[in-house]
Amino acid sequence: MRHIISILLENEAGALSRVAGLFSARGYNIEAMTVAPTHDPSISRMTVATRGSEEIMEQVLKQLNKLVEVIRVQDLTEGPHIERELMLIKVHAVGPDREEVKRLSDIFRGRIIDVTDRSYTMELTGTGEKLDAFIHALDPGMVIEVVRSGASAISRGAKAI
Amino acid sequence: MTSPTTTQDRPSPELETEELTGAGIVVRALRDEGVEYVFGYPGGAVLYIYDELAQQDAVRHILVRHEQAAVHAADAYSRVTGKVGVALVTSGPGATNAVTGIATAYMDSVPMVVITGQVPVALIGNDAFQEVDTVGITRPCTKHNFLVKDVRDLASTLKTAFYLAATGRPGPVLVDIPRDITSHKTHYHYPEKISLRSYKPTVKGHPGQVRKAMQLITSAQRPMFYTGGGIVLGNASAELRKLVRTLGAPITHTLMGLGAYPASDRQFLGMLGMHGTYEANMAVQHCDVLVALGARFDDRVTGNLAKFAPHARIVHVDVDPSSISKNVRVDVPVVGDLQQVLLEMNQVLAESDQRNDPQAMQAWWAQIEEWRQRGCLHYKQDDRIIKPQFVVQKLYELTGGNAIVTSDVGQHQMWAAQFYGFDRPRRWVNSGGLGTMGFGLPAAMGAQVAEPDSTVVCITGDGSIQMNIQELSTCLQHHLPVKVACLNNHYLGMVRQWQEFFYENRYAMSYVDALPDFVKLAEAYGHIGLRADTPADVEPVIREALRLKDRMVFMDFQVDPQENVYPMVPAGAALSEMILV
Repeated sequence: MRHIISILLENEAGALSRVAGLFSARGYNIEAMTVAPTHDPSISRMTVATRGSEEIMEQVLKQLNKLVEVIRVQDLTEGPHIERELMLIKVHAVGPDREEVKRLSDIFRGRIIDVTDRSYTMELTGTGEKLDAFIHALDPGMVIEVVRSGASAISRGAKAI
Repeated sequence: MTSPTTTQDRPSPELETEELTGAGIVVRALRDEGVEYVFGYPGGAVLYIYDELAQQDAVRHILVRHEQAAVHAADAYSRVTGKVGVALVTSGPGATNAVTGIATAYMDSVPMVVITGQVPVALIGNDAFQEVDTVGITRPCTKHNFLVKDVRDLASTLKTAFYLAATGRPGPVLVDIPRDITSHKTHYHYPEKISLRSYKPTVKGHPGQVRKAMQLITSAQRPMFYTGGGIVLGNASAELRKLVRTLGAPITHTLMGLGAYPASDRQFLGMLGMHGTYEANMAVQHCDVLVALGARFDDRVTGNLAKFAPHARIVHVDVDPSSISKNVRVDVPVVGDLQQVLLEMNQVLAESDQRNDPQAMQAWWAQIEEWRQRGCLHYKQDDRIIKPQFVVQKLYELTGGNAIVTSDVGQHQMWAAQFYGFDRPRRWVNSGGLGTMGFGLPAAMGAQVAEPDSTVVCITGDGSIQMNIQELSTCLQHHLPVKVACLNNHYLGMVRQWQEFFYENRYAMSYVDALPDFVKLAEAYGHIGLRADTPADVEPVIREALRLKDRMVFMDFQVDPQENVYPMVPAGAALSEMILV
């Protein structure tokens, strides 16, 4: 099963590679990983999308907690949560395709953020599935470049992790 | 990776009067930490530190012949004393040579601080002479590591390193110090206490869980204790003895746990696992409640996991939550310091009159004694060729069981574990987790430094001893009268045994041709060499070695090259599927 793990860790050089190294050394899978400082600049928040059985996830959480620089760890998929990913996508847009791409972008609540006479660059946010769906809706030959941030996630309700 | 304090945490300079260089701070911090011995090897990046070391007497330095040995010696010093061991090496090859030692200590959770030199801050990343990414290389084999990039962070980083090494599940912590930091000056302030928001090890066991555990243990028909290195590391031996004796239950140890419970006591069934005793393995397989204390269900202990202790409900106490339910699902987990939790368990026991059903216990012991009658460690004595087991037995007898025994890795290690009965903890020093050949001799040095008046015996083999033989030179320089007992079978014995059992007797590259004459070699290093060729030589050789109290003695026992370690659970088999003699 897919899990979204949120990690608060000391915002120090090397902390990121400790987490990444843990996943590779113990053979855990990483689908995506994002990290940036929080409102407290001494703390970074990392979101890791991973897959594994219940036993493996228990170990992942315990091993993460064991890292000296990790302050808190939570599996967000254990409760209600919101997941978002940012995608920047550049596509060929000429002739009749140009209007079609614009319409599709509107349907997916995307925004066109750069335009040339031959291309559009769009920004979309949403769950990973929504972004996948957008790519699939396009003719594969149209896509020039895709950049995805990986999932960021937060729990629902008034409490922090 | 960088230092744990921020600028705001640094003490204001006006509070302190004394200004020291980084090197001065290192040595002062070691003194303030109560460090008596540092094991190390100098080099360009640590010369300022060595210069400071030479100008004082409080911290003494043992000069090894290879950085790996420095770390093993510091490791063994820690295992014998319970203090944090300290090693000091230079950058680049100094650090990479130390890695095997660090990984060894990491696998066995030994508290240690390793200080490595680094190229000057401005050169980091430039492929400078003797530069290597030490924190990068050691990240997966340390509990934590630091690169100090500002001399004002040095003292607090060292304090944090000692704190991390010794608390929670102990382990090696590395502090990488660039050369220029050791010459920069700042006011010295060594923090009294360290508190880290991200690191709060659990000490006390959860009272509800402890009660639940005792409830399960005392209601067992066939209880079995299985304890590991955590008891030794956690100084929980006295509490363990009290608990096990009160309950009258059988107990087995892992390789790392030997000595926690007296081997000479009737309730002790010997070691368990791949080369464990028949009675210990059978008792684990047939018990209904298994009490795992400071052990981690290693594959060499459990055999086939799916068939491990099939009838047992399991209590597991460990300071490291990630050890619990890692390999085996546990019914009652308790996270906490072993000494503390065992204290709590003994309290619960004292306050309640619930005990195991005496009839069931009697039947259980009758069954165990039947298994014990099998005499699984029996070997056939020979009057012409020396049996390696016989050497270890004689060593045990003639040292009165009081020696500190270190070992390398292989058959001799297993025979040492099986035949030297340890009645006290911190007397058996071996590389259990990583299985590092070359550990034994430097470990014996560290043990001898820790206890200059004790007999220290390194039980080794002709393969392992050659992996750090150069340390014979260190033994001479620092007057370390360790006794090496080499069970010389001209083979990499454990490899040969596996080839005999599992590779149809094809002894691929396990015969060691062209062995040195160890007697002459010892003499060349300025020591005494003794050789035993027949069983009749064994006792006189050991007696002579022990008589030469102040000399390092190398005993070369020419033993049966074909002898195997029994019992043996083949890799992947259930614990009860033992190959017996």
